[in-house]
Amino acid sequence: MRQRLRVNPLACDASGSCAELFVERVRLDDWGYPIIDPTPIPDQLLPHAQRAVQNCPKLALSLEPAEA
Amino acid sequence: MIEPIEPEFRNLEREGQRPIGSPALIDLIQRSGLRGRGGAGFPTGLKWRAVAERGQGHAVLVANGVEADPLSAKDRLLMTSYPDLVLDGAVIAAESVGATDVVLAVNRGFADARGALTAALQRRRERVKVSLVDIPSRYVAGEETAVVHFINRGIAKPTGTRPRPFERGAFGRPTLVQNVETLAWAGLIARRGDGWFRSLGTPAVPGAVLVTVSGAVVNPGVIELPAGATLEVAVAGAGGATASPQALLVGGFFGSWVDAGRARSVSEGGGMVLALPASSCGLAETARMLDILARETAHQCGPCFNGLPALADVMTRVAFGRPQAAEVQRLRRWAGQLGGHRGACHHPDGAIGLLLSALTAFEHDLNWHLLRGACAGSQRPSVLPAIAVGTSWR
Repeated sequence: MRQRLRVNPLACDASGSCAELFVERVRLDDWGYPIIDPTPIPDQLLPHAQRAVQNCPKLALSLEPAEA
Repeated sequence: MIEPIEPEFRNLEREGQRPIGSPALIDLIQRSGLRGRGGAGFPTGLKWRAVAERGQGHAVLVANGVEADPLSAKDRLLMTSYPDLVLDGAVIAAESVGATDVVLAVNRGFADARGALTAALQRRRERVKVSLVDIPSRYVAGEETAVVHFINRGIAKPTGTRPRPFERGAFGRPTLVQNVETLAWAGLIARRGDGWFRSLGTPAVPGAVLVTVSGAVVNPGVIELPAGATLEVAVAGAGGATASPQALLVGGFFGSWVDAGRARSVSEGGGMVLALPASSCGLAETARMLDILARETAHQCGPCFNGLPALADVMTRVAFGRPQAAEVQRLRRWAGQLGGHRGACHHPDGAIGLLLSALTAFEHDLNWHLLRGACAGSQRPSVLPAIAVGTSWR
């Protein structure tokens, strides 16, 4: 099952680490908050996604099943 | 608050003993084609079924009477003038989905509605437990997770997408949160059948709908229309326009500006239509609305508490000052960044939809403002009702 990245906007405080660690799916808005590309993550990019999830200081990022 | 006219509600009078709700009634509601009247328009039967399956006889029903949009008056009017219709619908829904408790969630500003519901409850005997909760008058406090959050913890702020109330809601139990107008219609469908309900509507959209019409119309207030009626019919139903309107706002503060001639259905807009007179400035009205929405942020999500005040600030300059083209470009860039459901609720998305529709509908005015500064219309009084931004979330 393919996965996609999700941010919990209630927890996020714009540390910006996700955008550094996973440029393929995360960019920042003008205030430094992440804009997540919700398309499914191909296998070769999954390690980057997992690193972004593990390094979020607010534990605001997660991977979830991408609905078909 | 709009002063409601005395409505006809020709189909809303009560008759005899109410039917008892049951699982079979969920099928009837589904066949009727009833959709939620709180704005989202989700099919009511499907929503009931999801709660019935999860709840296993221990569900909770929340009747949502928060109606926080300043351009809507129908729920308040319904609760105040027809409290038994709302209570019949709520209790029938509770019985149908297996809910043991009914919570009436009523906007704290609606003393009249609370009084009418309380008086009706004293006359009635219910087989389920019914309580009434005063919800703070804040724009996002009517969002269903905010209502549940207030019932559970006394804070009227949205809590995000998971778990949804039908999974874990009030008192930690599967919860059906349903707008009070939807409940009133459901109660009437239980009495009169799905054929009756369908006969009220247009072939494409079943049923009737309560619509609040405001702005430049002869009789602003609440009217009942066939669902699927056009905006033109809504304006005519309010006595017609006082002067040829330059645009209509459909859907309240989360709505869109459309050309007055556009054949859109009233059901698309949460039952709110505002007619903008030709002498007004749509950019100025939009700036005022964005300012309200910015001040109504729950201060929880970055895109909302950063983005909305910034949008409102720039839009105020565009509407009332001497704007630069770069400022309009900035509005469009921010709108692109802040949309896409990035918050715990749809507050930023609603504000951005309003803004983008204004930049399209009032493109000529925008060019005028860019070339020569704010137009004369921006100096005219607002057609919006006086709006007090709430102060408390508790």
